Amino acid sequence: MKITCKDVANVALLSRLEFSESELETFTGQMDAILEYADVLNKLNVDNVQPTAHVLPLRNVMRADEAKPSLSRELALSNAPEQEDGYFKVPKIMEG
Amino acid sequence: MELFKHTASQLHEKLVAKEISAVELTKAVLGRVDAVDKNVQAYITRTSETALAQAQAVDSKIQRGEKVSVLAGIPGALKDNICTKGIKTTCASKILATFVPPYDATVAEKLAAVDAVILGKANMDEFAMGGSTENSGFFPTHNPWNLETVPGGSSGGSAAAVAAGEAIWALGSDTGGSIRQPAAYCGVVGLKPTYGRVSRYGLVAYASSLDQIGPITRDVTDSAHVMNIISGYDVKDSTSINTGVPDYTKSLVNNIKGLKIGLPKEYFVAGMDVEVERAINKAIEQLVALGAEYKEISMPHTEYALSAYYMIAPAEASSNLARYDGVSFGHRVEGNDIIDMYKKTRSEAFGAEVKRRIMLGTYALSSGYYDAYYLKALKVRTLVKQDFDKAFEQVDVLITPTAPTTAFKLGEKTNDPLAMYLQDVCTIPVNLSGVPAISIPCGFAAGMPIGMQIIGKPLGEETIIRAAYTFEQNNDYHKGFAPLREV
Repeated sequence: MKITCKDVANVALLSRLEFSESELETFTGQMDAILEYADVLNKLNVDNVQPTAHVLPLRNVMRADEAKPSLSRELALSNAPEQEDGYFKVPKIMEG
Repeated sequence: MELFKHTASQLHEKLVAKEISAVELTKAVLGRVDAVDKNVQAYITRTSETALAQAQAVDSKIQRGEKVSVLAGIPGALKDNICTKGIKTTCASKILATFVPPYDATVAEKLAAVDAVILGKANMDEFAMGGSTENSGFFPTHNPWNLETVPGGSSGGSAAAVAAGEAIWALGSDTGGSIRQPAAYCGVVGLKPTYGRVSRYGLVAYASSLDQIGPITRDVTDSAHVMNIISGYDVKDSTSINTGVPDYTKSLVNNIKGLKIGLPKEYFVAGMDVEVERAINKAIEQLVALGAEYKEISMPHTEYALSAYYMIAPAEASSNLARYDGVSFGHRVEGNDIIDMYKKTRSEAFGAEVKRRIMLGTYALSSGYYDAYYLKALKVRTLVKQDFDKAFEQVDVLITPTAPTTAFKLGEKTNDPLAMYLQDVCTIPVNLSGVPAISIPCGFAAGMPIGMQIIGKPLGEETIIRAAYTFEQNNDYHKGFAPLREV
């Protein structure tokens, strides 16, 4: 096994997802099969190979720092699940 | 022949000759949607009223003698991960089920600027993750050639709509084959442009270093026309390429004398349908008879591409999809505290495949596994790309099957994610390398369409369009229409 139920439960926490026991087992089996398949990558020696995160020869594309029209507050909030006084509203984050 | 069976360029001729009106055409295609979409289920959202208003505006322009674009008044569909201002854009996910973008994607703006008619938003695998459109959070789409089979994915709604006569053209997006594979399964033409050729602004992100928008059409001519409209640099997409856009219709030339074709032997994988292999070999013979040269070549890292992709794409997805937290837009499930709200929101509203990829990506990026999985995959990506660089020193285009088989039955692979992933084996290396590729119909196996993939050099769209056009002009495969009963 490449991955255990405990690993998957930890990844779920990092991913902000929660699963039932049976879902966790199914996911563990499926992720294990995928990671097993990905093991083929270990057949290659890539010690002296540069990684490619991106195919274009671009670095830090900048634009001029100029103010331009942007979304109105009303439009920006138009999809908010909850809002109040022009702000996004979320459950209380701090105690007290 | 019914209007909905024509191509955009044919219909444009009829519009400007005033043989038909755009309203008449739009009504004909809307009627076709009414008649067949109950079975095909290509659309998530329909925009019939605005479509008719757009058509009416085009008719007025034509009446006034104004010159109009090839797509003016021609009804099409957009994949539902392309943002449309004021029109629901769901990504086929319950988490965005009510999301109405406050802005247009650049491609949507460009299409509006040429008066294209938009009939609606097409179904897809949730967040473009999948190869069958069965991962839609709402309903599966069916292949118009056989309703018991999948249309492919993730742009399955777009491809099925074009194949069924429910749209004359469509846009899809392609991260690992999501334009080309459904185009192949549905017997239509799908083009994935060079990474950066088309702006991704307003395309809901899945794997940002791989995603690219492109056309799904009935023939290569329409593909070139749509490319002319959607391509080009966009200041809002810092990864778009800042070079001029050629007129792709100039590449609609029925001549491939001297074209050097490479056939990478690694693409003819175990498990490939013999009919598919036979169709590709026959196509190669025909292209050689038309004046092309061909040689078998080796791309030794092909077998590693799929594994690298299934680390890189989920890693990028896990980061991109972190934004769905129930705070500023999308679905929210209340919780005891904010972390609980995040968890409940995401667990309730994401489907299984999306969760699987978020988990896989989070794992590949997590401390202790980053070097073994993610970094290694990025290095293998370099080797895959070098295979293409070396191949293109010897040949002008590469030809492969688009997918190892024709469309499979609904439900056949839903419990085996790995089997589903293997359908992408011929298309994924192209995304990892950023090069352009087109899938065109090249035959049938047991009545189901087979797709041939023609891969070009970076910004080599003109060459693949010329090769595809030449093949198409010497065959009739694209003229077949799915035998769909109206209900």
